[in-house]
This record gives sequence, C-alpha cells and structure tokens, in this order.
Amino acid sequence: MDNAVTAKKKWWSGGHSPFSVSYGKLMMWYFLISDAFTFGALLISYGTQRFMAQAWPDPNVVFHSFPLMGHANLPLVFVSLMTFILIMSSVTMVLAVHAGHHMDQKATARWLILTIIGGIMFLSCQAWEWTHLHEVGAWWGRNPFPNHDGSAPLSTNFTDFFFTITGFHGLHVTSGVVLNIIVLINVLKGTYQHRGHYEMVEKVGLYWHFVDLVWVFVFTCFYLL
Amino acid sequence: MAHTHSATENGKDPAVKKIWRVFWILLVITSVEVALAFLHLETGFPSKLFLNSIFILLTLLKAFYIVAEFMHLGSEVKNLIMTVLFPLLLFVWFIIAFLMDGDSWKNMRKNLAPGTPAKVEAPAHAPAHH
Repeated sequence: MDNAVTAKKKWWSGGHSPFSVSYGKLMMWYFLISDAFTFGALLISYGTQRFMAQAWPDPNVVFHSFPLMGHANLPLVFVSLMTFILIMSSVTMVLAVHAGHHMDQKATARWLILTIIGGIMFLSCQAWEWTHLHEVGAWWGRNPFPNHDGSAPLSTNFTDFFFTITGFHGLHVTSGVVLNIIVLINVLKGTYQHRGHYEMVEKVGLYWHFVDLVWVFVFTCFYLL
Repeated sequence: MAHTHSATENGKDPAVKKIWRVFWILLVITSVEVALAFLHLETGFPSKLFLNSIFILLTLLKAFYIVAEFMHLGSEVKNLIMTVLFPLLLFVWFIIAFLMDGDSWKNMRKNLAPGTPAKVEAPAHAPAHH
C-alpha cells in the first residue's frame, strides 16, 4: 500500500493508485460521500421545516425519560448514554482494525465482538426510546408535544422527521451490525489470515465510523439545538 | 509475530494510545455539550443563539476527530483527502440556501396570515392627475 512515490506529479502518471488506497476502500469512501448527502438532505429539510415553523417542541421536554426511572425528569441523560455507547463501539472498531494490521486474528475477533455488542446495545436503546415515544402518543403523523411557547402543536413535522431520520440511522446501524457479523465469521474462519491482510475489517470499519459520525449530527440537531 | 502480538495486547503501542486519546476527547466534548445544555436549562445563562453556535462548533470538532483519526483520513494522501472533502463543500450552499428559504417562508406566512393588517405600500394620495 505504501508506494514509495515522493514527487508530486508522479501521482497521476499511472502505474499506481493516485489515492494510494485499494479500489474497494476508495469506493467505500465514495459510497460514504453519497450517504452523507442523503443524511444531509434529511437533516437540512428538517432544519428548513423548523425554520419555517412559528413554534417547535422543546427537545428537553420531549426527551426526558430514562428506562426504569418512572416519571423522573432527566432530559438528555438517556441520549447521552446512547452517544457514549456508539463512541465506545467506534473505539473498539478502530482497535479491531489496528489488530488486523498486526495480523492478530484473536484480537481482531475480540474487538469485533465488542463492536457488535455495542451496536446491539445502541439499537436496544433506540428500540426503548421509540417504544416510549409511541406510548406517549408520538408516531409518524401524530405529534402530542406542545410547542416551546406552550401552544398546541401546529403540525406533525417534528415527529415525522424524528422517526424518519433516527429510523434511517437505526437502519444503518442494523446493516452495520450485520456486516460486522459477516466479517467476524470470516475472521474466525481465518479467511483474512489466509488472504494475507484484514482490509475487509478496515472497509466495514469506515462504514461503522460513518454511522457514528452521522449520530453526532443527529444528536446535535434533534437533542441539543 | 510475537512482538506485534504483545503490542496489540498491552496497550503500550503509540497507535493504541492515540486511539484512546481520541476517545477521551470525544467523550469530554460530548460531556461539555450536555453540561452546557443543563446550565442553560437551570440558569438560562448562555443565550440560545450563543449556545447553538457553540454546539455546532463542538459538533464539527467531533466530526473532525472521527473522520481524521478513526476513519484515518488525516493520514491518507492529499489526493484522497481532496476527493472526499471537496464535494462536501456543496453543503455550504445547501445549508445556507435551504435555511434561508425556510426563514423566508415563515416571514411570508406571518405577513400574509388571515387577519394580518395589510401593509400600505405606496403613498395612497399621490397626485392622481397626470
């Protein structure tokens, strides 16, 4: 991978990748760019609707519950936990990639398993949150939350966007977990050891970090702003 | 192999140290965000506009660390960095155009809502005889 190319113009004279990465990794980057625009379009249309609205629900009032805590008012606490879980699973993923660089089959498998557990924990948290919001009457087309200024809801934009965007993100986490499981099976079977490199772990790693990256923006747009 | 084995195991590897350092940075930034949100809830101190700009800046900082360190883009060759980051510049136009559009709709709705007194535009008693 580390081509000994030093002169600048040599990058484009052929014979090697001007990006100094494999085809698969480059295509993963391009896929992630397109996915970034999909998420960007969703979040910006959410922002447009929010700018358009005369009044909007207060996230600190909507998201104030925590499992098993009953009616305790704990704004932001649960979503902070979800954020922590996802950052943590991103760290275990980098450590899996790192172990892969060292051709360490056992360590790669172990970190991948931890990453998968983190992903499943995140999805469980999201399932709880969706169930809770559904119980208090929120769903696509149903917005029970009063606005910031106390007025009755004007539209269902808030809940529509919330469920669409966190649902789309959750779908990405789900497919990430499935990809991680497939790669884990291959690690355990020794496929990559035999192949001589663990680049597949890097590729799913890129996808996994992207999912974490999107969550950083979802967290800000829905829970903080 | 024995050497690299121990390197990934005991965490003394500088690369592993760096990974954990980024983890702590991300955790601290998130904690600061949550703490500021609570401060605002309790005291109303940082005004909403000021607070939101801080949140956006901290979010971009987190995004930078995830992309540069976890996704390793910071260590790739310049060509790759450019091919990834350049298309994202479209977001600058995207965000400005759409949010301004939303804001203008809000103002139009406010001004044209039923019951809103119509603005008197031109001087009504302009000299009528030409």
